[in-house]
Amino acid sequence: MELYQLTAHALRDLLRKKEISSIELTKSILDRINLTDPQIQSYLTVMHEQALNNAQEIDKRMSAGEQLGDLAGIPMALKDNICTEGILTTCASKMLHNFKPPYDATVVKKLKKEGTVLVGKLNMDEFAMGSSTENSYFKQTKNPYDLDRVPGGSSGASAAAVAADEAIFTLGSDTGGSIRQPAAFCGVVGMKPTYGTVSRFGLVAFASSLDQIGPLTKDVTDCALVLNAITGHDPMDSTSLNIKYPDYTKALVNNVKGLKIGVPKEYMGEGINAEIRHSVLNALEILKSLGAEYEEFSLPLTEYALPAYYLISSAEASSNLARYDGIKYGYRTGQFKDLLDLYKKTRSEGFGTEVKRRIMLGTYALSSGYYDAYYKKAQQVRTLIKKSFDDAFSRYDVIITPTTPTTAFKIGEKSKDPLEMYAADICTVSLNIAGLPGLVIPCGLDSKGLPIGMQLIGKAFDEATLLRTAYTFEQNTEYHKIRPNL
Amino acid sequence: MNYETVIGLEVHAELSTKTKIFCDCTTEFGGEVNTHCCPICTGMPGVLPVLNKKVVDYAIKAGLATNCEITEFGKQDRKNYFYPDLPKAYQISQYDLPVCKNGYIDIEVNGQKKRIGITRIHIEEDAGKLMHDEWGTGSLIDYNRCGVPLIEIVTEPDMRTPEEAKVFLETLKSILQYIDVSDCKMQEGSLRCDINLSVKPVGQKEFGVRTEMKNVNSFRAAVRAMEYEAKRQIEIVESGKQVEQETRRWDDVKGVSYAMRNKEEAHDYRYFPEPDLVPIVINKEWIEEIRKTLPELPNAKKERYIKQYQLPEYDAAIITSSRTLAQFFEECVESGANPKIVSNWFMGDLMRILKDNNLEPEEIPFPGQYIAKLLALIEKGTISGSIAKKVLEVMFDEAKDPEIIVKEKGLIQISDESQLVEIAKKVIEDNPQSVADYKGGKEKALGFLVGQCMKATKGKANPQMLNNLLKEMLNK
Ligand SMILES: [Zn+2]
Repeated sequence: MELYQLTAHALRDLLRKKEISSIELTKSILDRINLTDPQIQSYLTVMHEQALNNAQEIDKRMSAGEQLGDLAGIPMALKDNICTEGILTTCASKMLHNFKPPYDATVVKKLKKEGTVLVGKLNMDEFAMGSSTENSYFKQTKNPYDLDRVPGGSSGASAAAVAADEAIFTLGSDTGGSIRQPAAFCGVVGMKPTYGTVSRFGLVAFASSLDQIGPLTKDVTDCALVLNAITGHDPMDSTSLNIKYPDYTKALVNNVKGLKIGVPKEYMGEGINAEIRHSVLNALEILKSLGAEYEEFSLPLTEYALPAYYLISSAEASSNLARYDGIKYGYRTGQFKDLLDLYKKTRSEGFGTEVKRRIMLGTYALSSGYYDAYYKKAQQVRTLIKKSFDDAFSRYDVIITPTTPTTAFKIGEKSKDPLEMYAADICTVSLNIAGLPGLVIPCGLDSKGLPIGMQLIGKAFDEATLLRTAYTFEQNTEYHKIRPNL
Repeated sequence: MNYETVIGLEVHAELSTKTKIFCDCTTEFGGEVNTHCCPICTGMPGVLPVLNKKVVDYAIKAGLATNCEITEFGKQDRKNYFYPDLPKAYQISQYDLPVCKNGYIDIEVNGQKKRIGITRIHIEEDAGKLMHDEWGTGSLIDYNRCGVPLIEIVTEPDMRTPEEAKVFLETLKSILQYIDVSDCKMQEGSLRCDINLSVKPVGQKEFGVRTEMKNVNSFRAAVRAMEYEAKRQIEIVESGKQVEQETRRWDDVKGVSYAMRNKEEAHDYRYFPEPDLVPIVINKEWIEEIRKTLPELPNAKKERYIKQYQLPEYDAAIITSSRTLAQFFEECVESGANPKIVSNWFMGDLMRILKDNNLEPEEIPFPGQYIAKLLALIEKGTISGSIAKKVLEVMFDEAKDPEIIVKEKGLIQISDESQLVEIAKKVIEDNPQSVADYKGGKEKALGFLVGQCMKATKGKANPQMLNNLLKEMLNK
């Protein structure tokens, strides 16, 4: 096995035993990127030199006996909407094609402190709006399982890079499923933590009340390691919760005896591809055989989650993206008559179609006369959806659903019809609306050989139960070992 | 027909917190352009605001000082509009749940007391400053003021004359200075107001159509703008036309206002709750904590001065109108000076010097004890009252202790009788005509002779002693 194929925890052990060095490992990843990324197209920026210098420094510190974190020396990459000091952070938009933040996001500070090696920045749907990474201004990332298919989105490249062994782990962001859906499409583990668990400082905002940063990894153990590194209260983020965060590796226990699993029938209906339904049921049977119980139940209001999500996220986005006006940084139009003309041209030329669509949708939803009918109503739905989850969690420890209605679709297949594209988020958006944690793990392949992901939903701040359930599943199955043929 | 003006005000006061409302940048005025800012207050991608708790403290304090209810569960909202001085393209303000509401301030105009309702007080951030055309190639932006905390105080339409509005503004300014939440320096833009004004025939209940006037930067300008607008509206009504509901801009140099183009004012601000911030939850303990820090407010202080020091109401009102002046007054009195005499000096020479030199009470360069010392020098006979006036001028120029000034400038009063007799003798010799006049019954001539003695001693002679001495010598 090559070094780039290993998990972070396996590599940690090798690094600690001094059997390998971070520089060897980083070289292995950089070589892999050179080899496969011309096909996969995950990276927007690769930092060859910086990564190697960084790895060398970590090696020195390790051999000097310095105690570093579990992820010390591990090469990783970040979605390009996570700010990195002095390194391009484009959000895959023409608008920020030249933007180098003068600051690190809090998660970046934390990962630096941990001693990880940043190898580059990853492609995405422009400003995280999309489900296929087709909305990038720069390039189309491919699904490593089938290069004609999308990797999902918006953190499509964060999932593809892990699946293609171009990074040991990555960070993505999830506003309506943007970590979980690509994790499912690319057959990797992806977690959207509870809202408020990971600082949003330095995450370029799409929808502030929904955005959350999370890890994409090769297995559940790595997921716990990355969570340990990135969670925690941040005084720079008012929505970050000041609570005691657990050691997530403590949750890696191979035991689900007595675990109560709820399966909402609204997520298992006609709209879901039969192979996916079958795969999830199979996974539930496996968990049952390991001592868990599951039953179907009804989670009301599910049908309203999608429209509520699109209203709230677009409304917030219309305001969050208003700052890109050509005045302070990023793209500015060449010729303009006056201030209004500068605004119009800069924004018309700098944003892609989908971003403009959402800005218009959100601006409309917040307009006077429509606010009550749209934004306010959506917030009311939000409260009710939260409540219906609360009710469900009074009976169940975990809720399990499919992650997506279909497996990875073909590039171009849905990009003509935004509504069809939006419908792909049906299984994932409710969690963002309710602020709940969601963990996606691979649970098989469909007949086309494309990965299927199962979504585990937990109570707020109960990532531990999700990790334990997923870990148990992983310990007793081989799905997580499936790799694409590249 | 007689018309009545209906006036409501929206006053913006910059809070004097050390740091900005959502970041750690200083709020200090007058720094080099774009040196008091950071990624947060310049709205870089990915940054987040964190509310400075002091801003809420100050808003609560302002609310308590203006008899407001404090909102237990408040929130902040985004007010969306594009302008280059607003880097996020939205201002974080408060829409429907301001920190304070339903208060009032009592004012007094021409001896008549009147209560002006305060609709609400909310917190928000200031914007940057655009500098146009200085280089002829476009505009530049200074973000130093961006994120400086403001409170906006909105009144009920309770004022009926520009004079009332002016007194309201003065009273409000004095309260804000007393509670130390704003320095209210209009020239630095830390107090600004928008005026809502309409006219109606006296006795009519319904209000007329109102206009909103922006860009009013001094109390004087406010009065002029209101007088101008009332006159303009009355002329429109008199001519049988309708007043347009519009936003107008006051040009203080030309003394006129003009309607802002529709584009400038036709904003749909698309307010919605700021998702990057959590609700502002204010419990009873917090409110009581702030209440404890409230000082004696101007009205209460005025009443106390009248009772405790027997000051005339007018004097008490003037002295207590400024927190600094009142503090200064109290320092004098605490140092042992007679309050009534102090008050006379304040109302007379002190106020005159301030006015002549265009100084604010804050700019008095010496402590209150110095006035007490000055008065003690008069009482002990070390200097005369007229010398004291001169010493006070010097105190303003040199900020020195009056005792030192008197010594340095050799201003100590001549109270040595033999010395005074010598001076008097010489003056009597030199002015036979006046001596004759006095002896002939012209009392006034004595004054002239005293004056001549004072002149000869450059004002240092003890006038009371001189008076007695001269009388004695002339009556011999
Ligand atoms: Zn700042």
